[in-house]
Amino acid sequence: MSLNREDVEKLCLLARLEVTPEEMTDVASKLSDIVTLVNQLRTADTTGAVPMAHPLDIAQRLREDKVTESDQHEHYQQNASMVERDLYLVPKVIE
Amino acid sequence: MDWEVVIGLEIHTQLATESKIFSGSSTQYGASPNSQASLVDLGYPGVLPVLNRSAVRMAIKFGLATGCQISPRSIFARKNYFYPDLPKGYQISQYELPIVYGGHLDIVLEDGGIKTIGITRAHLEEDAGKSLHDDFRGRSGIDLNRAGTPLLEIVSEPDLRSATEAGIYMRAIHTLVRYLGISDGNMQEGSFRCDANVSIRPRGEKKLGTRTELKNLNSFRFVEKAIQVEVKRQIDVVEDGAEVIQETRLYDADSDTTQAMRTKEEANDYRYFPDPDLLPVIIEDKLIEKLRSELPELPDAKRKRFVSKYALSETVAEELTSTREIGDYFEEAVKSQSSVPPKRIAKLIQRELTEALKKNSLNIKKSKVLPEAIAVLASKIQDNSISSSAASTVFEELWRTDSSIDVSDVIEKLGLEQISSEDAINTMVDDIIAQNPEQAEQYRKGKDKVIGFLVGQVMKISHGKANPQQVNQALKDKLRGE
Amino acid sequence: MHEATIAQLAQELKSRKISSQELTKHFLERISRLDEDLNAFITITQNDALAQAKAADARLASGEETPLTGIPIAHKDIFCTKRVKTSCGSRMLDNFISPYDATVVARLKQAGAVMLGKTNMDEFAMGSSNETSFYGPAHNPWDRNTVPGGSSGGSAAAVAARMACGATGTDTGGSIRQPAAFSGVTGVKPTYGRVSRYGIVAFASSLDQAGTLTRTAEDAALMLQIMSGSDELDSTALPNLVPDFCKALKDPWENITIGVPDNFFDKGLDPNNAQLIRDALSVFEKLGATIKEIHLENIHLSVPVYYVVAPAEASSNLSRFDGIRYGYRTEGESSDLAEFYMRTRGEGFGAEVKRRILTGTYVLSAGYYDAYYLQAQKIRQLISQDFARAFEDVDLIAGPTTPTPAFSIGQKINDPIQMYLNDIYTIGAPLAGLPALSTPCGLVNNLPVGLQLIGPHLSEERLLKAAHYFQQETDWHALVPPGYID
Repeated sequence: MSLNREDVEKLCLLARLEVTPEEMTDVASKLSDIVTLVNQLRTADTTGAVPMAHPLDIAQRLREDKVTESDQHEHYQQNASMVERDLYLVPKVIE
Repeated sequence: MDWEVVIGLEIHTQLATESKIFSGSSTQYGASPNSQASLVDLGYPGVLPVLNRSAVRMAIKFGLATGCQISPRSIFARKNYFYPDLPKGYQISQYELPIVYGGHLDIVLEDGGIKTIGITRAHLEEDAGKSLHDDFRGRSGIDLNRAGTPLLEIVSEPDLRSATEAGIYMRAIHTLVRYLGISDGNMQEGSFRCDANVSIRPRGEKKLGTRTELKNLNSFRFVEKAIQVEVKRQIDVVEDGAEVIQETRLYDADSDTTQAMRTKEEANDYRYFPDPDLLPVIIEDKLIEKLRSELPELPDAKRKRFVSKYALSETVAEELTSTREIGDYFEEAVKSQSSVPPKRIAKLIQRELTEALKKNSLNIKKSKVLPEAIAVLASKIQDNSISSSAASTVFEELWRTDSSIDVSDVIEKLGLEQISSEDAINTMVDDIIAQNPEQAEQYRKGKDKVIGFLVGQVMKISHGKANPQQVNQALKDKLRGE
Repeated sequence: MHEATIAQLAQELKSRKISSQELTKHFLERISRLDEDLNAFITITQNDALAQAKAADARLASGEETPLTGIPIAHKDIFCTKRVKTSCGSRMLDNFISPYDATVVARLKQAGAVMLGKTNMDEFAMGSSNETSFYGPAHNPWDRNTVPGGSSGGSAAAVAARMACGATGTDTGGSIRQPAAFSGVTGVKPTYGRVSRYGIVAFASSLDQAGTLTRTAEDAALMLQIMSGSDELDSTALPNLVPDFCKALKDPWENITIGVPDNFFDKGLDPNNAQLIRDALSVFEKLGATIKEIHLENIHLSVPVYYVVAPAEASSNLSRFDGIRYGYRTEGESSDLAEFYMRTRGEGFGAEVKRRILTGTYVLSAGYYDAYYLQAQKIRQLISQDFARAFEDVDLIAGPTTPTPAFSIGQKINDPIQMYLNDIYTIGAPLAGLPALSTPCGLVNNLPVGLQLIGPHLSEERLLKAAHYFQQETDWHALVPPGYID
């Protein structure tokens, strides 16, 4: 099963991943190989099987509702490349 | 063409928990930017979500209050999309197995009739942060304090048939979540947000028309206006021969129109899948029964009880049950003066108290007139000690003095005792008839309405203290008798 | 000093025959001398290590130590380490200094272990050879032209070359066991949920598990004892109490039944490797174990299942890397938000990571979710049931860890499918959440071969004990790569 350039471009937009024109042929071809590999699944007989989301059969633990965090934005924002007035800057968000 | 309007509302209400749904950050409104954003909220590498117990309980309470099925096993799912206010690049929400589903809410329509609105589901999810668009030289600033605040998304069936109904339903949900104590419903602060799905179809047609989604309608008024405007737009589009496009639109209050959102055309494929960092939420019957026993009397039940127990009309009952606090105030007042018809106390609350609270922007809990005082005031009207118009003045004085003076003392101090002695009334009535021969003649000739004017004149010379009913009767007797 | 195991060094430290500072300096010297050719380390935390060693010595002097106090170890660069660069082998996190410690790191630190540095790995743990690292490939000390395995290649190479007493790693599809096999060390992946994932940069959340690379099963037990246990910061960590792994090793041998899947002895398995596995099984028979052939019905689908589930989860886990709050950010200024994301992520991620994100996006997308993701999760359930059924008859499952010994650097990097097929024997255990390990069992052309043991859920004691007894009967685990003895 083959993925063409258009398929890959759609995936790139969904995943916000730039693939350059130079990379594109290789990416499309390797992705197609992977899809061929995983296509083996499609014909398997899974009647009666329940999808497994977790290897464990335990329930979600519930946390007590109390505030345990303090303000550490100065420390954390040392990792950010563009901060102004304590806000993280990004290209303008248009709504 | 007779068009039928079909509306479904999606309401996002912030749950009033202390900490966020998946992290221990505070949910307090108004903190300085990013001061309430922990590593989990910021989506740092390696962090993991842990579920807040209160959020689960609040969701269950909502489900119980609306007759929903509570899922014994519900799953969190990831909704994947990219946006700067969504730090992980996905929102933890619920998709296939929401925590509660299949309920309903009864609303009281304008004509007093009751309509049942279906609630498809309500599920838990985390809120995103905020984008600030002040000028950062062509950039936006992101504040993630809000990211991770617990939300309950309440989805109605498309059972609403007009903008007015939508407004009523939205208010009913707003009242309910505040009654339950699961949300403060503060729309200015963004605790209560509404999206509307609107479509039209020829009346009688079973198939649904193409719908548009109206987003972020943040006041009751805007919801109704936006829907009205959108319905008209859709009708115009279809009657012009075109088709309604399925899209998301924003309401612009300035132009009173809806505008299509200016985002890039994108297949919004959210690629939902169960979140592998969270396990299934198992809810046992024991917990459900415990929470059921903790439910307060709900607005619907309270309203019905007020109607039957206190002989109030639906509309009055609705107003007195619009918050738990008002209902409690009313019942306290009634209890303190058992001989006074509740209707009278209700009227006094509606006429005087609501106004005063609004004018002073106060919550009823901070009312300067206590329930006992208003009940005494009502009893004074009841036993004719004062007239109902004098009551307004007494109320004002009570308010001004913070209920520190007895009602009786206020009446005495202001000299507002009602005049109800027959002699006094007759004397005044005689005077007024004598001073107004024209009107007296008109009445005798059959113009019944003019009695109002004459009553008013007596009230004037008595400085409002005469008992209006007695005056009315005395006038009639004398005019007919002569 | 570098010849001794953690267990032996713990004794020597306790009796004050040597000090942690001596030990740490010794390893730091080895690293500075040997790592240039191996590239096993991304970051060497020399000053911190010496400070930690000094503190450890004080603790040892006061008698308040644990078996790991003063022991120099390394952490795979996937574990967040406070105030220390945590790169995950990627340009995306090349500038990232973590503000917090992973739970595993904190626990080992609390026990007094000394961190020598952060080891090299395949980018975001995606790879089987340590060749996708932004920092260049790590080399196998047994033959520097070959790969040490991946994704925990740096940890494996560091332990094999005696540059650290032990190292942490993570295993999602085999990323501890396969490099352990290639590099001739013992690699253990515990039951899913046994060790907290908090602070481990997530790759595939329902598969990732932290574990150890050490020279012996005993050393692994010592490290795992400290690392394991519930964590309120990780909802998927098991609440179960951690048994005494070390005590289990000392229990007398009990005759067990070991199942050997016929599926594993397929044409993909190098005949030399196959022979060594059979030889290893004879050792168990000599000990008194019964060897039984078993069949795992759906195991042949484990590779396609893995390459749907893991990329799917990864594609979502990696969405947070956008340069806004931390990490790499494109310099090309853009006024368009979508372009900004695409450039940052396109430039920050390497080719294999991009392929996996795109694959994951594909299998989750509308129209494909049922056919791929849902289907894969169903087959995963079937595979898990196959194992459960097998464990009704056998106590452990044994087989090869890898189809061949270490391959050459550059040999498979351009053929992803070939690379993926390396994981064919190791993928099953994580899919079912089972604990598994690899222990050295011989050499082929002077390259190590690993024997894999898989146990039922929460059977680490049984696994470690079996490996320990095997290591008492054989010397493979004690071999030093030529050139690394001094």
